[in-house]
Amino acid sequence: MDFVDYYKILGIDKTATEKDVKSAYRKLARKYHPDLNPNNKDANKNFQQINEANEVLSDPVKRKKYDKYGKDWQHAEEFEKQRQYQEQSSGSRGSGFSGGQSGDFSDFFESMFGGGGGSRGRQSRYRGEDFNAELHLELIDASKTQKQTLTVNGNNIRITIPAGIENGQTIKIAGHGGPGINGGPNGDLYITFSIANDPHIKRLGDHLYTSVDLDLYTAVLGGEITIDTLSGKVKLKVAPETQNGSKIKLKGKGFPVYKNEGHFGDLFVTYNIKIPKNLTDKQKELFTELSKS
Amino acid sequence: MQTENLIAIREFCIHNNIEISFISSLQQTGLIEITTIEETPFISAEQLRQVEQIIRLYYDLDINLEGIETITHLLHRMNSMQEEITALRNRLRLYELND
Repeated sequence: MDFVDYYKILGIDKTATEKDVKSAYRKLARKYHPDLNPNNKDANKNFQQINEANEVLSDPVKRKKYDKYGKDWQHAEEFEKQRQYQEQSSGSRGSGFSGGQSGDFSDFFESMFGGGGGSRGRQSRYRGEDFNAELHLELIDASKTQKQTLTVNGNNIRITIPAGIENGQTIKIAGHGGPGINGGPNGDLYITFSIANDPHIKRLGDHLYTSVDLDLYTAVLGGEITIDTLSGKVKLKVAPETQNGSKIKLKGKGFPVYKNEGHFGDLFVTYNIKIPKNLTDKQKELFTELSKS
Repeated sequence: MQTENLIAIREFCIHNNIEISFISSLQQTGLIEITTIEETPFISAEQLRQVEQIIRLYYDLDINLEGIETITHLLHRMNSMQEEITALRNRLRLYELND
């Protein structure tokens, strides 16, 4: 456990007055407050640090203890026992340091002050911290509604992921974030989905795009081919004289529309016509004949 | 009258230890909407998160209402730009070469 220099965190020196502490805290809090830096983990971490520093330095009792035992915080417990003994001896009941909800305070803070102290001043009931998580899915998984169990802070949460979820989309699971402070409501859990690229099928919204190789003879004369889609194999009739790069649309064979059961986008298939290689003499002869016709 | 998704402003203010006039000033600046049913003012549950955020900015960070208005506007813009970036990234994937 490392020593945490709260003065350095707030950018003030040891002689700073209570007003200086407040002013330094406000300035930094405005810069790093999570409400002003959504989804910014670094800012959140900085905010926790300055919050912790403020919690100690704005409280004369905690600050005194910190100033006295800061670097030798291991002696703090000894100090505490001695203080409690003195208080008991004099018949008073000291309130000690508030050992309320242990939130996002450092190990250093908790070992010294026994958990995060409640906020002073307005004493409002704070909503708990929002949690953010990322869930990775394959394209095929995102095309089907599925249930998954996630473990967040030791709790198992069963969630239903609706088919058609978009890459980068975030869903909110209300009440599954951090616990509220001073009786405030729990925060929410935000899950952002990361959907892997599929090597064969591309997705844009609800539509899917793929390409298939077509031999020259089928392209010229027409025929039937079988292609893979997310919902299985599909037989396709190829029209005679199909051009290279031409596209066809398979209506309703695309991606499911998010939260709109039974509705699907379309699948667009692009034909890549392959020219035959290693022709035999006979084949060359036939092509020559064709070219003259 | 259905008040299921509505929170009485009086109760909300007691719970958060804030003045009712503060909520009224939020309405006047257009930051929130208040619904009045049988002379009782309510805020909708959907606005709760935003109101709580405003309270934190105002009381904890000492930002005045003009500042909060600006921040709210910029956060909305940031959010829509973030959504646009996600949509563009998804579009770009269409043209990315397969690994």
